[in-house]
This record gives sequence, structure tokens and C-alpha cells, in this order.
Amino acid sequence: MINVEHLTKRYGDVAAVEDVSFHCAPGTVTGFLGPNGAGKSTTMRMICGLTPPTSGSATVKGVPFRRIANPGRHAGILLDAAAQHPGRTGRETLALTAQLTGAGRQRAGELLELVGLAGRPARRRVGGYSLGMRQRLGLAQALVGDPSVLILDEPANGLDPEGIFWMRGLLRDFADRGGTVLLSSHLLHEVEAVADRFVVIANGRVAAQGTKGELLAAPDGTRVRALDRAALEAALASAGLRWRRESDGELVVRGGAEPVGRAAAAAGVVLLELGRAGGGGLEELFLTLTGAASAPPDRTAAGAMAPGREGALR
Amino acid sequence: MTAVHDRPAALLEPARPPLARLVAVELRKMVDTRAGRWMLVLIGLTAVAMVPVVLFAEDKDEQSLGSFFIGSQTGVNLLLPVLGILSVTSEWSQRTALATFTLVPERGRVLAAKLLGGACLAAGFAAVGVVVAFLGRVTGATLGRSGGSWSPPPQLLGGTLLYGFVVVAMGVAYGMLFMNSPLAIVLYFLLPTLWSTLGPMVEKLEGPAGWFDTNKTLATLMDPGVTLNEWARIATSLAVWLVLPLVFGAMRLARREVK
Repeated sequence: MINVEHLTKRYGDVAAVEDVSFHCAPGTVTGFLGPNGAGKSTTMRMICGLTPPTSGSATVKGVPFRRIANPGRHAGILLDAAAQHPGRTGRETLALTAQLTGAGRQRAGELLELVGLAGRPARRRVGGYSLGMRQRLGLAQALVGDPSVLILDEPANGLDPEGIFWMRGLLRDFADRGGTVLLSSHLLHEVEAVADRFVVIANGRVAAQGTKGELLAAPDGTRVRALDRAALEAALASAGLRWRRESDGELVVRGGAEPVGRAAAAAGVVLLELGRAGGGGLEELFLTLTGAASAPPDRTAAGAMAPGREGALR
Repeated sequence: MTAVHDRPAALLEPARPPLARLVAVELRKMVDTRAGRWMLVLIGLTAVAMVPVVLFAEDKDEQSLGSFFIGSQTGVNLLLPVLGILSVTSEWSQRTALATFTLVPERGRVLAAKLLGGACLAAGFAAVGVVVAFLGRVTGATLGRSGGSWSPPPQLLGGTLLYGFVVVAMGVAYGMLFMNSPLAIVLYFLLPTLWSTLGPMVEKLEGPAGWFDTNKTLATLMDPGVTLNEWARIATSLAVWLVLPLVFGAMRLARREVK
């Protein structure tokens, strides 16, 4: 299990991670979601003792990572599949890890078999591997010590759809046998099918967390269309609401229909449609929660006019 | 075992990898890539390459087993520090530090393993030197070119080993201090040489130069009979060029964020 409490990392004045707390229980897969640069990797490095936190703490299996005598036997870590020596063969990379952790000589062969790199790919140097092969190798390396915790940063990156499907099965099976999995992604659909719980992070802060059901039941999205979109946006901004634009001129506002209706009425904006946003599921929610990072410039400007908007998210 | 108070809980099972295993892994990492193997082969070749030089350049009486041995170590001692530097800097340039320090979070133990691994290689190359020197002397005798002694001065092997340990450790220290292969290698060769050049040029520096110039002080290790004064100079120069970089390098290694 993994426990993260109030982790904060500042670089000078810039807060890369701010007061992040969450818990990963045994038997579950936790999806750690957020746009690129949201602070996922920094958080994971702090969990693994590679980056000293400015404040806060993290434990793996109840103790700080660096207090685990032989961490490879408890926690499998894959923080960057590209971080392998290109001159080593795939088999040698795993054999080194097996030797270091004392996991046994036969582990390299077993794991190569498991991740589909046995045979000729195992004898090739990692420098010639595709990103997908490196991800498989990295996953194998994480599994060498037969750990009960897996911490994987963007493991689906570079995998083909078949590879993603395969990895889902592997992680699901790992968790079903009592393991704890934390995996990050900037693409929701990569983890939506396998994760039991989600931690959504944006701009270094936890924007939302919970099970899929909890997150979807939480603040509803409201789909709204007005005669004058600019006027509606101004009304929403002054009401401190958060929204994003749809391609067809509709807005999806975070929150129920009532505050949207009231905001429009107060500003005398004529509404054409008002209803629950649906169909998008988690994707919709994910985009709303992390919207600021991918906001088009004009909407950011609208947000800047409404200081209350950021606060409404948290 | 009694509980240790005032320390966070720890997971002690399975036990941490013993230091001997860490050293074995570090040694394996130096030989399991093509670049690493070539580096070792290159160093071995420099040991052999000096045999003909001794055979054809030195006087017959001077061609002793010891002179062949010293010759074999010239290139070795020049390149050993590069091996030490690369053992550290490659972790950062190839980004294997991520795996290394998640598997062994106690960075000081990784450092110790690298120092000991480097010492093993230094000893290995000294052994290669002994074999090469013997073959060189035999060749010299067969060709009738060598007439020097067959029995080398007893402290020569000890001095050579110490020299090798020191320079490989200096390499590791520079590697940690600069964490960048080209920078560490260039500065390793440049800084002491700069000092060697500067010493005789500036009058006031001439006295201290003899105490801080590792090129001069370490050379006495290969001479028969190191005097107390020479030991003092060796210690002083090493305090500056080995201990200081090692201490600051270790501090940097301990604090550096691994990305």
C-alpha cells in the first residue's frame, strides 16, 4: 500500500506539487491522472525517495521508501522506460536487477517470457528497442523482485492498443492477487478500464479523487447554450463557475443546472438549452477538472477576469 | 532485536544487498556493455604497448622486471581515473541512476561499491602488469636485449596498487563532483596539470607546489623507499585533490534529485 500525506515540492517560488494527499490500498489499481507537467512524476519520485519533498511525507508499505532494506523486493518501480543503458541487452538489464535484489537467476528468463521479450529481443541491446519494448522491459524490471507494490509512470506510453490491453490484464491480475498499483497517465482512456480509483491532479494540486462512481456522482456537469455566448461566459465568470467550450458553441459548466440558470438570469442572458452533460463519462470530467492546462487563450482571459473561478475548482 | 526509538519504522526483510554483492554488480556494470568492454581492452593494450618501448628505448642494464612493470602501468594509471569517472557519470548520462537508486536508496553504499569496484579493477590491471612485465622480461632475455634485474624492489607492487587505488578513487570523486563525463574528464586532467605548470612559473608557489602537485607527489610511490617527507607530501596533495572532491562529491550525490 502507498500513503501520501501533504506532499509539497517547490523549486524556488514555483510549486511543482502542492499539498498532495492520497492513499492506495492493497488489491486496487489507482489511476494517477493529469495533464503533462501537472506534477505526477515529481510526486512519484518523492514517493520513491529520489526527490526530497519540501514538506509532507510518503510511505510505501507503511514505511518511508528509503527505509526499506531491499526495496526491489517490495516495490516495483518504473519511472521512465527510456532510462535504460542502451548498450546493455534486455536480458542483461533484468539479470543485473535480479542479482542486485537477490531475486534469483531464473527471474530474468521468467520475466522476459512474461512480457513477451523472450528469444531474440532479449539478446538485443536496449538501444535498438522501440518505446513499446522499453516499456515492456521496464515493467519486467519492476516485477523482477516479485513485489507487492507497483509504481508506474506513464507505462502505456508507446504501447500499441494490443500492448495496452495486455498491460491492463497484467495489472488487474496483480491487484486481484492483493497487490497495490499506482499508475499515472495523461490519457484517461489508457487507465479508465483498469483503475478502481482515480486521483486527478492539475497544476500540482489534487483536483479530485475517488472511485469512478464517486467522481461521476460528484458535481454534475451542465450543458448550456445561450443566444449570446460571450454574455453567458461573462455571467458564469462573475458567478465563479468553471466551464469549457464545446466545438458546437455549447458550454459545459461544472456544477448543477441551478447555479448556471441563476447566473444567466441575473445577467439577463437568454438561454437556448440547459441540461445535464452526459455521455462523456470520466473523459468529460477529466477535461473539466484539468481544463485550465489546455484552455484556449480566449477562455483563459475570461478566467483571469473572474478570480473566483480557480477557487471553485478546489 | 530491540526496537530503535526515534527513527521511522523500517522494512528490514528481505535483508539489504550485502556490500560484496553491490561491488559485484558495479563490476558487472563496467563490463556488460560494449563501450565498457572496449575501455577495459584499451587499458589492457596500453599495458602491453609499453613493452616494446622499454625493449627498444631503454639501456640493456636498465631493462629489469621492475622497469617493464612500471612501463606497463603508465597508461593504466592514466586511464584508470577515466574508468572511475565514467562509473559515476554514466549513471546520469544514461539515466540508469533512476534504477540504481530506487533499488539501493542508501546512496553512500552505491558510492562505496563504486570505489571498491574501481579498486578491484586497479588491482586487476596491476596483475595484468605483472604478467606483461614477466613476458616482456622473458622476451628481452630471449632477444638478448634485457640485462636488468629479475627481482623487482619489494615495495613496487604495493606502491603501484596504492597509486591505482588513489587515481581510480579520484576519478570517482571527480565524477560525483561534476556529474558530467566530458567536464569531469577534462577537469581531472586539466586541474592538476595547471597546478604543475603554474608551480614553477610563479616563484611564491614553488614551495607549496611540491606539496599539492599530485603528479609529483604520487610519482614517488613508484620509487624505491618513500621517505617520511614524501609521505607527508602525498597525504597533503591527496587531501586537496582526493579527499575534498570526494567529500563534496558525496554530499552532492546524497542531495541530488534523481530524474
